[in-house]
Order: sequence, then C-alpha cells, then structure tokens
Amino acid sequence: MSALTREEAQALIQEVLEVYPEKAKKDRAKHLAVNDQSVEQSKKCIISNRKSLPGVMTVRGCAYAGSKGVVWGPIKDMVHISHGPVGCGAYSRAGRRNYYVGHTGVNTFGTMNFTSDFQEKDIVFGGDKKLDKLISEIETLFPLSKGISVQSECPIGLIGDDIEAVSKKKSKELNKPVVPVRCEGFRGVSQSLGHHIANDAIRDWVIGNRDGDESFQTGPYDVAVIGDYNIGGDAWSSRILLEEMGLRVVAQWSGDGTLSEMELTSKVKLNLIHCYRSMNYISRHMEEKYGIPWMEYNFFGPTKIAESLRKIAAFFDETIQANAEQVIAKYQAEYDAVIAKYRPRLEGKKVMLYVGGLRPRHVIGAYEDLGMEVVGTGYEFAHNDDYDRTIKEMGNATLLYDDITGYEFEEFVKKVKPDLIGSGIKEKYIFQKMGIPFRQMHSWDYSGPYHGYDGFAIFARDMDMTINNPCWKKLQAPWLQSSEQDATPQAASA
Amino acid sequence: MPNVMIRKNDAGDLLFYVAKKDMEETISSVELDDSEQWGGAVELTDGSRWYIDPISPPPTFPTTLRFKRGDD
Ligand code: SF4
Repeated sequence: MSALTREEAQALIQEVLEVYPEKAKKDRAKHLAVNDQSVEQSKKCIISNRKSLPGVMTVRGCAYAGSKGVVWGPIKDMVHISHGPVGCGAYSRAGRRNYYVGHTGVNTFGTMNFTSDFQEKDIVFGGDKKLDKLISEIETLFPLSKGISVQSECPIGLIGDDIEAVSKKKSKELNKPVVPVRCEGFRGVSQSLGHHIANDAIRDWVIGNRDGDESFQTGPYDVAVIGDYNIGGDAWSSRILLEEMGLRVVAQWSGDGTLSEMELTSKVKLNLIHCYRSMNYISRHMEEKYGIPWMEYNFFGPTKIAESLRKIAAFFDETIQANAEQVIAKYQAEYDAVIAKYRPRLEGKKVMLYVGGLRPRHVIGAYEDLGMEVVGTGYEFAHNDDYDRTIKEMGNATLLYDDITGYEFEEFVKKVKPDLIGSGIKEKYIFQKMGIPFRQMHSWDYSGPYHGYDGFAIFARDMDMTINNPCWKKLQAPWLQSSEQDATPQAASA
Repeated sequence: MPNVMIRKNDAGDLLFYVAKKDMEETISSVELDDSEQWGGAVELTDGSRWYIDPISPPPTFPTTLRFKRGDD
C-alpha cells in the first residue's frame, strides 16, 4: 500500500467525521489535520489542549496523574502521598516503570503506594487531621525518606481542605520538606495541567532550597537531564553518553532522581530537556531566575542522537566538542550493525503513533533510521507548541490527530492499514485483535530502554519482533482460509 | 494584565510567553527598543497587540513583565 495523497487524506478525515452530529463534527474537525510542512504555526491547521467532548472515547488522564504519576512520582527518596480515596493511587501504582536503584521501603519508595484512604467521615469532617497523623506515621515507619509530597485527588479541592497549612506545620516539625501539590484531577483538560502544577510546586517548594548555599562544588561542565523519567532505564542509557562526552550530570529529573539532585539543579550550567511538554515550565523558571539556558534534545535513533550530541557540545568548549565526535565514532560500529541487521526486515513499513508528551515526534527519527515511515501521529495532551515542533518532523500529507477518539483511530487504521501501531495500553488489545502489530509506546511494552545507542538496539529488536512475528498470519481460523492458502491435503474419500 | 515572560530564542528573536495560557509567540515589533528604554506598543507575529509602559534602563531577558492588552 502506498501512502495517502493529500486529497485522499482529506477525504478520509471527512469520511470519519461523517458519523458525528453537527456540533461534534465541527469540534472534532479542528483536531484532525493533514500535515503540511510549509505551515509555520500549527494553530493554523490543528487545535489542541481543549476539553474532550462528553460521549467520545478519550484516553486522556487527569491532573493528578500528571503530577503524581509523571513528575513527582519518580523522585525516589521522597514519599508521595496520594491524598484522598484509595483508588487513584492504587490503580496507577508502579505502572510507568520508572526504574531506580535503592532499597524500596528503606531509602527509596518509588513503587510503593501511600494513600490517606479517605472514608465518608473524612469527606464530611475534613481530612486535615488524618493527613497530619499520616505524615507522622510515615516519619516513624520510613525515617530515611528525604521529604514528603501531598498529591491531592479530586475530593481535596472539593471539600476545601487546607493541605498547605498541614504541610507547613509538619515540615517544621520533621525538619524535612513537605510539599502540598494542588493537582486535583478535575483541574484542566488533561494530565498536562498536572505537569504544570507539579512544576510550579517544585518551583515554590524545592528549587530555591539551596539559594545562598555555596557548599556544592560546581564545575564548568555541569548539566541536568530534565524530563527523562527513566522508563525501562531510559535516563541511564542517555546519561552515559553525556558522561562519556565529559559532562557531569548533576541531576536527573525525575527518573531515578532524588530530592537533593533537584535542589542542586539551580547550580548547573545547562538544562537538557527531553520531554518538553512536562518540564518546560521549570526550565523557563530556572532560565529567568538563575540564567541557566535550556535546550531540547532527542536521544531516539542514531541520526537524532548524533545531531543532539553535537548541539549539546556546541554549548561547551572544544574538548567537549571533540569528545562528542569520539562518542559518536565509538558507537558507530554498534549502531551500523543494528541497522544492517534490522533495516532489511523493516524497510518500507508504515507506522501510526498516538502517544503523549514527546514521543509522537521524537521517535520518528528512530523509525526512519530503520527505513520505516511514520504516516500518522498525534498527542493525547499536547499544546500548540508541540505541534509546531511536529510539523517539521512529519512527511507531507501524513495524518495529524489531536486527542483522537477511539472511533476515529480505528477508522483511520482500517483505511491507512499501517504495519505497526505505537500507542497505549487502552488501544493495544483492540488493534491486536484487528490483527495489526502493536507496540505499547508509553512504557515500551515492558521492554526498554529505548533512549541512547544502547536503547536503539533494543528498539530495533522490539519492532522487528513485533512486526515480523509469525502470529499475525495465524489470526484467521483454518476453515476460513482460502483454498490456495490451505496447504493441508484433504483426506481422500474412500 | 497577564504576566508575560520575555525570552530570546536561538535565532535572537524575542518570545512572548504567557504561562497561564501556555501561549508562546514571537514578537514582531517593539515601539521603543534602544539603549535608553524598552517597551511601548508590542506587536506579535499572530497580529495581537500588547502594551507596556517603557522601562528604562532596558531589562535583561529573560524576565517576567506585566503587559496590557493593546486594543483596550
Ligand atoms: S480524576 Fe480525580 S478521582 Fe479520578 S483518578 Fe484523577 S484525582 Fe482520582
């Protein structure tokens, strides 16, 4: 199947929109577009960051998910309390696979679930007393925790608890940071606002903690990795490249990160941002307050890695620049071998993506390195600036879809017939049952890392393993297969 | 009167960023921009106009300033 032409793509969007009632059609039409590289500003062709329509199937998360699940959760030496009823924390526990080193339950707490388990009486009489008691209990049971964050679930905002007052009081009492985060799920249109709220909480309660304290020995090559959540070890396979280049990674935000790393970030020379969407806010703040420049980079696939390493090195002196070239040269044999092995097996395959954060645009380069083509991409919770950055990465006449509904996605897939879909767990089984190879691109389908040169080898293997898996040919029941496919000889009649 | 963070991009253009709205636009023209002062009417590439009383001496970017909508 060849890719769609611009007219075909337009017609497809129209056809899919046809089933909606007038008002919904008008609204959804703004979120679907055919990519045109000549467009400079995405808002001319696609609208994003709007409330999802009631009645359509969306896969978005809530602000609490953005704050607790994404930004705060991976900070491993803090206890993050899911403040409110038990479900929000219990059902999202450890689902993101943010790897870390440490002894869980002793000095790290990443995969544990702490909750205030609200009952009816807490809703009626308020939960501040319970929170106070809970924090004291945490201190008794887990004295090595470096701090506590209070992640509000919906009811907290509804009943008007004063978590700020409790946090201040307990912080003084325990002599540890206790950070109230107002990330109630009902705020905003998606998890995106949760990222913003979490960033603001870090700005207000963490970033300034070491102001005026010069005891930390800074160096000329100090950098921080921002917006890498170490999914399947992503941050580790990124970090080694930076270190081999001669840079010192002072902090990892927030995968495998610690509170003190975050506090020290205000001392670095350059902030490196991987996930722009979830952590641009804090980078902007540090630029304004401390004069730390920030830059976006992309560690998916050798082409983008080399580009990014050179761009990062350009911020520093010639030694670092020479080192960057050495790093690229060092891994060349390795990634050439990966491409030589997998490219012939994957060449020309078409991919459709629908993920969050940075991946809908960042992984395109990695697929292209393997000779594959991304024919459609979209974000769950992007803003205009994300699409601005996407338009240039995508080919002309490819599909862009924002906050796509379950129905639209299925219809697009039926028409475009991609060889691979990369999306989340909620889409996975639908498409697998439709017989289309699928990779879960939020947590790398229990694999990873995918960042860096080491990650690329795993990425290529996983894509091959999925697309060329023999199981896709076995989806039709034997008696439904046409006779020429059916090689089994019929039993001769007597 | 939104709070606006003004910063420079790699190409040296000034960017106009409203955190509350998550809106970022390039500034196309600034009425007063010399060694003495900075400000006045500011126009963005999307055509919207904003106003700020001239600041002197000119601020160093990035910085957060309060702007008024130009059309009121
Ligand atoms: S929307 Fe509210 S109740 Fe639902 S998971 Fe988010 S915080 Fe919990």
